[in-house]
Amino acid sequence: MAEQYDVIVLGSGPGGYVAAIRAAQLGLKTAIVERENLGGICLNWGCIPTKALLRSAEVLHTMQHAASYGLAADNIRADLDAVVKRSRGVAKQLNQGVTHLMKKNKIAVHMGVGTLKGGGKLDVQGEKGSETLSAKHIIVATGARARDLPFAPADGKRVWTYRHAMTPSEMPSKLLVIGSGAIGIEFASFYNDMGAEVTVVEMMDRIVPVEDADVSTFLERALKKQGMTIMTGAGVEALAVSGKGVKAKLKGKDGKVSEAEYSHVIVAIGIVPNTENIGLEALGITAERGIIAVDGLGRTNVPGVWAIGDVTPGPWLAHKASHEGVTTAEAIAQALGNKDVHPHAMDKRNIPGCTYCHPQIASVGLTEAKAKEAGYAVKAGTFPFIGNGKAIALGEPEGFIKTVFDAKTGELLGAHMIGAEVTELIQGYVVGKTLETTEAELMATVFPHPTLSEMLHESVLAAYGRALHV
Amino acid sequence: MSIAIKMPALSPTMEEGTLAKWLVKVGDKVSSGDIMAEIETDKATMEFEAVDEGTIVSIDVAEGSEGVKVGTVIATLAGEDEAATPAPKAEAKPAAAAPASVAPVPAPAPAPVIAAAPAPKGERVIASPLAKRIAEQKGVDLKGLQGSGPGGRIVKADVEGAQPVAGTGPVAAAPAPIPTAPVPDFGIPFEAEKLNNVRKTIARRLTEAKQTIPHIYLTVDVRLDALLKLRGELNKALEADGVKLSVNDLLIKALAKALIRVPKCNVSFAGDELRKYSRADISVAVAAPSGLITPIVVDAAAKGVAQISTEMKALADKAREGKLMPHEYQGGTASLSNLGMFGIKQFDAVINPPQAMILAVGAGEQRPYVVDGALSVATVMSATGSFDHRAIDGADGAALMQAFKDLVENPLGLVA
Repeated sequence: MAEQYDVIVLGSGPGGYVAAIRAAQLGLKTAIVERENLGGICLNWGCIPTKALLRSAEVLHTMQHAASYGLAADNIRADLDAVVKRSRGVAKQLNQGVTHLMKKNKIAVHMGVGTLKGGGKLDVQGEKGSETLSAKHIIVATGARARDLPFAPADGKRVWTYRHAMTPSEMPSKLLVIGSGAIGIEFASFYNDMGAEVTVVEMMDRIVPVEDADVSTFLERALKKQGMTIMTGAGVEALAVSGKGVKAKLKGKDGKVSEAEYSHVIVAIGIVPNTENIGLEALGITAERGIIAVDGLGRTNVPGVWAIGDVTPGPWLAHKASHEGVTTAEAIAQALGNKDVHPHAMDKRNIPGCTYCHPQIASVGLTEAKAKEAGYAVKAGTFPFIGNGKAIALGEPEGFIKTVFDAKTGELLGAHMIGAEVTELIQGYVVGKTLETTEAELMATVFPHPTLSEMLHESVLAAYGRALHV
Repeated sequence: MSIAIKMPALSPTMEEGTLAKWLVKVGDKVSSGDIMAEIETDKATMEFEAVDEGTIVSIDVAEGSEGVKVGTVIATLAGEDEAATPAPKAEAKPAAAAPASVAPVPAPAPAPVIAAAPAPKGERVIASPLAKRIAEQKGVDLKGLQGSGPGGRIVKADVEGAQPVAGTGPVAAAPAPIPTAPVPDFGIPFEAEKLNNVRKTIARRLTEAKQTIPHIYLTVDVRLDALLKLRGELNKALEADGVKLSVNDLLIKALAKALIRVPKCNVSFAGDELRKYSRADISVAVAAPSGLITPIVVDAAAKGVAQISTEMKALADKAREGKLMPHEYQGGTASLSNLGMFGIKQFDAVINPPQAMILAVGAGEQRPYVVDGALSVATVMSATGSFDHRAIDGADGAALMQAFKDLVENPLGLVA
């Protein structure tokens, strides 16, 4: 007799475990199935441990510049093993946190590889044998993994994915990072700060290509100043891996092919959804290139099967997955007769994105170019860090905040920032954007002094020709 | 020693104003009593006189800047003893470069104050600021909308799909907001009466009409003797049928027929097109207890005067009882308003959009009248047509007034 649940969540990443908690809060009998670590990639191998690594790099960087703060620090060196150990400790602590949350919410945890069998049945192949679970609703939240280069699959020795880069066996001396999205740039930044000689190769004509063009330009300049080599409009023709390193053939913007030798390569060219071998095809679930088609509340085309997070259309971000987890759990509760929940599909234009390179990047909504493309009459304002007292006091005078408004209605269409701590600032705009504030409410808001957040205000004022401190 | 010239409070209630025009420029010498600028308040345009003597060294708020708060520095004067060196950059710039307290001129459609005015208690509309602003711009009434946001909050998407407040006709011109600047309390005893919806609609639509339609007014004097005589005869003949024609019934017919004769006046201005109607439906202004309403005599040119009279009587009764159905007062291709019974000699009516003309009729009265070079006495009324000048040229309006006059003075055409 299969164990009967209201909801089974397949996958316990930031989408899955949050969906399970919300379902349990709503009184649904809930189970979660995980093949590896509770918390998924985000917390074990992604967002969180990388932030721990980057924090170490940041402290190192600050210590190296101690003199500019009037402090003396000699003989500063990085101990990569210790840095990685700290990062793993942070991941472990949070992993245990998720275990505790499951227990607290009385969510049944089934460790093993799950496969959908149709009719609400789910097989779980665990270490100790297999079992069949049964539920009225199943949420697929199996996430995604790094995309491999077809001609040079990651081996973990010389060619790394994010996962290898997070627990390096040795410090790369000369590192090639392929791809300049969030993951590529964060590792490039980390290893550059740690002392490696880093080259970033990006196919598009600018790095961090999803960001506003001004941000890309600023970041490229900043990274070059830190000693990084940036190649845009460039591609990798071939990688020859040997025991000593990797020979790379790189085709530059000008079409010329050059050859260079690197100690290690990080491949960060995107992700692939984990939607194979979990029984989706047999159920006839609609997917395109592995990405499951869903409506705004996470319904697939098969009744009783839902999908959230990285297995669905992007952006592929942990907070997007978590938000979908809540929405979908509420939609399921509603389907089961709960009249007190009112799930709302999220507006994807209000999902912020953060990149923890040095300097940090954060953004939400449309870039200036995209807004113009969409036909808006655009009003854009930019305020530089150098005009902010707190930024100068922190010794972080580099960066800017840009806001993009619809000139007709005053709608905040997008915000783009680069500089110290901007990942903590963006949420001010996200709240405003979600509440559909116009420039008037943002201008009428009092920002505390002295804070970096004052730049949020100034940027809005700048869009209307009213910035005070420039 | 330089003197800051500040935005003056030109009336006790003035909080901000528009700097309509500068009459001085940088480098000009002014002395006490010289007129420096024209400033528009909520009530009027006023001249702003210099109090001090000196030379203008900078103009800090550009001409045309709206919403300049009282007390904002608008110009700087160098005193007599000071060498006035006009800074080159001090030439009037867009207010963007001016002190921050000044709203920048190019701001897109500064939200009219009423957008922020809290709704009266009990009918709070929960809507996002952006939804409110778009509703304002589109002329959508938020009260009628169902919100799709959390807790039923009205969001942008709800307003974008919504229709502007329906005009009475098929052409929905974007209604302008009703100016509802707060009315100051001067301590005069008063009783506040909440507006009913008819009054609100009248206010909105007439404001819209007067603000958006360039009116032209054409007045003719019309001799009524023949029409009065015919009316008497018709009423005698129709007595058995219980029909009693009023002068107004005949004027409805005359206006309708004139519109058919001059079709260029039987139109609606609809943005990028002109609607030319092939039927004359006359909206007739009726004073109902709840306010003005205009029931419609459909296809009045084709109807006999007896039928018009019967219909009009029924419509007026319904109007006074508030029982008109929407189709009975929404539509119409032109309007007729008659204040003759109150002894009004002549008046100019406000066009009832989306219509393009309204005829205002005054009292028929005995006046000295010259016929064939000899002074005599005749019964004469003044009739004034208000025309939407965007749609109707003066000559065409004049042709309509001429046709109307001709039909009234030769009234057999009304019964033919």
